[in-house]
Amino acid sequence: MLTLNSKIPSGPIENAWTRHVNNNLRLVGPKNRPKYKIIVVGSGLAGASAAASMGAMGYKVECFCFQDSPRRAHSIAAQGGINASKNYRNDGDSTWRLFYDTQKGGDYRAREQNVYRLAELSTAIIDQAVAQGVPFAREYGGKLANRSFGGVLVERTFYCRGETGQQLLLGAYSALEEQIAAKTVKMHTRTEMLDLVVADGKARGIVVRNLETGKITSHAADAVVLATGGYGNVYYLSTNAKGCNVTANFRAYRRGAGFANPCFTQIHPTSIPASGEYQSKLTLMSESLRNDGRIWVPRNPEEKRAPANIPEADRYYYLEERYPRFGNLVPRDVAARNAKDVCDKGLGVGPTGYGVYLDFGAAIQDKGEEAVKAKYDNLFEMYERITADDPTKTPMRIYPAVHYTMGGLWVDYNLMTNLPGLYSIGESNFADHGANRLGASSLMQCLADGYFILPVTIGDFLSQHPAGEVDTHHPAFQEVEKEVSGQIDRLLSVNGTRSSESFHRELGKIMWEHCGISRNKEGLEEGLRKIPELREEFWKDLKLPGSSDHLNQSLEHAGRVVDFLDFGELMCRDALLRDESCGCHLREEHQTPEGEAKRDDERFAHVAVFEYKGEGVAPELNKEPLAFDALPLAARNYKT
Amino acid sequence: MKIKLHVWRQSTRTDKGRMESYELDNVVPDMSFLEMMDTLNEKLTIEGHDPVAFDHDCREGVCGMCSMVINGEAHGPKSETTTCQLYMRHFKDGAEIYIEPWRASAFPVVKDLVVDRSAFDRIIQAGGFISNHSGPKPDPNSIPIEPEVAETSLDAATCIGCGACVAACPNGSAMLFTAAKASHLGMLPQGQPERFDRAQSMVKQMESEGFGSCRNYAECEAQCPKGISIAFIGRLNSDFLRASLLEPVDRRGEMKSQ
Repeated sequence: MLTLNSKIPSGPIENAWTRHVNNNLRLVGPKNRPKYKIIVVGSGLAGASAAASMGAMGYKVECFCFQDSPRRAHSIAAQGGINASKNYRNDGDSTWRLFYDTQKGGDYRAREQNVYRLAELSTAIIDQAVAQGVPFAREYGGKLANRSFGGVLVERTFYCRGETGQQLLLGAYSALEEQIAAKTVKMHTRTEMLDLVVADGKARGIVVRNLETGKITSHAADAVVLATGGYGNVYYLSTNAKGCNVTANFRAYRRGAGFANPCFTQIHPTSIPASGEYQSKLTLMSESLRNDGRIWVPRNPEEKRAPANIPEADRYYYLEERYPRFGNLVPRDVAARNAKDVCDKGLGVGPTGYGVYLDFGAAIQDKGEEAVKAKYDNLFEMYERITADDPTKTPMRIYPAVHYTMGGLWVDYNLMTNLPGLYSIGESNFADHGANRLGASSLMQCLADGYFILPVTIGDFLSQHPAGEVDTHHPAFQEVEKEVSGQIDRLLSVNGTRSSESFHRELGKIMWEHCGISRNKEGLEEGLRKIPELREEFWKDLKLPGSSDHLNQSLEHAGRVVDFLDFGELMCRDALLRDESCGCHLREEHQTPEGEAKRDDERFAHVAVFEYKGEGVAPELNKEPLAFDALPLAARNYKT
Repeated sequence: MKIKLHVWRQSTRTDKGRMESYELDNVVPDMSFLEMMDTLNEKLTIEGHDPVAFDHDCREGVCGMCSMVINGEAHGPKSETTTCQLYMRHFKDGAEIYIEPWRASAFPVVKDLVVDRSAFDRIIQAGGFISNHSGPKPDPNSIPIEPEVAETSLDAATCIGCGACVAACPNGSAMLFTAAKASHLGMLPQGQPERFDRAQSMVKQMESEGFGSCRNYAECEAQCPKGISIAFIGRLNSDFLRASLLEPVDRRGEMKSQ
């Protein structure tokens, strides 16, 4: 049984965070901070902002990333923007409204005090980023510009063209580099965390592999922060970067940290479909396209004609037919599920049969080609670059893609896991988005965690422990190093016939089929049967070239697949146990006639936290009940 | 499609390295260039050979990780396109393709097509930031910025730090990279206090890393996947010149000890 003390401050939600900082948190004084060493794993928005902030406070920080520079982390690919309740538009925005939108969007499966704090800190993030030189879009008078995003009624999204994530990350990266120059932060690039070291019940450090030399080393610290992102790549194909993986989080789970809501996965309805078996990743197209595009597939599965030559009568506008009121603008998850449904029925288009048409023909006829082109110019160009098709001449092909994972390590209000001294921030924790994340909220959460929350809360733990209690001479480090090297040797000695890529692809197909857009009991049980079989096959038939004492990208990948294989099983298990639908988690057994998720608040208004019980043993489910004092439960409804 | 590849193979930093040739006959025009490389690596792995090491991550043209000189051009033949956004339909059936790593003495080869670009991080450490602590800041609308300035600053800030400018330059100069960062910050009001110090210290670091001098070949701009203009180099030169005339003193150390 895990001890899950969420440390939520009591009393009204409005000033909870301030009261918590003032009354509940102990601080470390400036003279003592340099004595404490903090490890930060990951250098995306959360990791870089945390490392830079804590370095500037005077802590001794060591930051690790597997890329060649901290600037490469996948936060860089976020396009749309970042939310903040500045109310610059005077349209009634407020901390409360952002809190409400986020909690409702997450379908009431998040801890409301965390969500409120996120909304409260959102405005300070914009101030911080601008002070760093992030060039947000401005209006003619020189004031910051805003745009609106899905699921809300106000304009609160700040943006830098379509590259907001890049500019925010470069801001955090430059702050990090400032601290590296000041020698408060030591950066380890091309270094991958392979395990967590726990001694006397506390997280004491990590074991890493230098990806260039292959050398395995130990690093001890007074606290360890995981900012290692999401695990969408368990599906092989996702919009994540190729390197994104679950290893750091999963290893922490194996060492005793609880894993919360692993099955909560966000699937985006409009990405460019895979064009063949060789497809390595998916690229997102903005959802705004659905405003003018009509979605259809041919009625006849045997259809061979080019889309332009298919007459209206032979086109199946399935969203318009199935949902006459909302048509092509049904919510994300409904659009995604219907696309999969028609493709599974053999009506899909494109070389793989997994794609649907998004047709601008009617809009062009109606508004003229120039007008439509002007509205979607950069998106049309991006599409044409990838597919060589001009969307004004022939319909686009789109298909849903895995985009973001709301689940992650369980953390308390201080962002500490149940393992003392181990923290988790950004996408790698579970805390703020419930069962579904709203657009432009992920950047906000990473930066709230990294700039403002963790730098304060970490002092509470550190101040209660003397600095440097344990160093790498502790036998726990030798033990973990031995296990890590042992796994690498084991991987290299299988000497079978299949590449780790091929296993990863196969796992991805199982996950997509059985734990994807919609889930059901039989499918999940089948997934739980297939994954162990695949794992067995992996350990029998893996072929790995090269050795472990040099740059070996195949070895890196194989190690990540090992953890994805185990983790996929955990996801299916969680999805099976959560016998309700909520947000992105749709159990086919529980839906409204319109195909919307039907929650079961009686039985499932809790965070599902899994506890590792050993190899081949079923994990134990722990529950953190969720309270809804500030915002009473209500049905998620975007229709009226 | 059938293609013939000539790829730079180098097992370690000290290995001399050589071009090796491979033939692939199952290439599809809709494959991305890196998916073609994946296919090659899958084949090499199954045949028991060492696959080709190359850097890549986001595969959507923004992380700056991918870095190949393709047929003599950084990121290949299509303008304003990273290697990961290049597709095989841009090549003819039967094409011979030469693939090399970034070649510049300041970017030593780590293995095959992977190079060490840490020099770029050190240039940023020398001043590619606005000194800041996390905490309360003035409301951004209290310092209005003309949209024109914000947009031009963003044009510079769009740099993905891939290093194509260095690979494209006959002198292996990092001026476009350095100028892009110095201009991004130097144009904004927030970046003014450190503007001239920044220009000087970033250029000094760039020179000490072994990058060559800028001779206005403009190859960097031509091969930059983000189309960053060499006008920013002019800006940096002017800031640098002014900084030299002003003989600024970096007071950073002294301030700290006050």
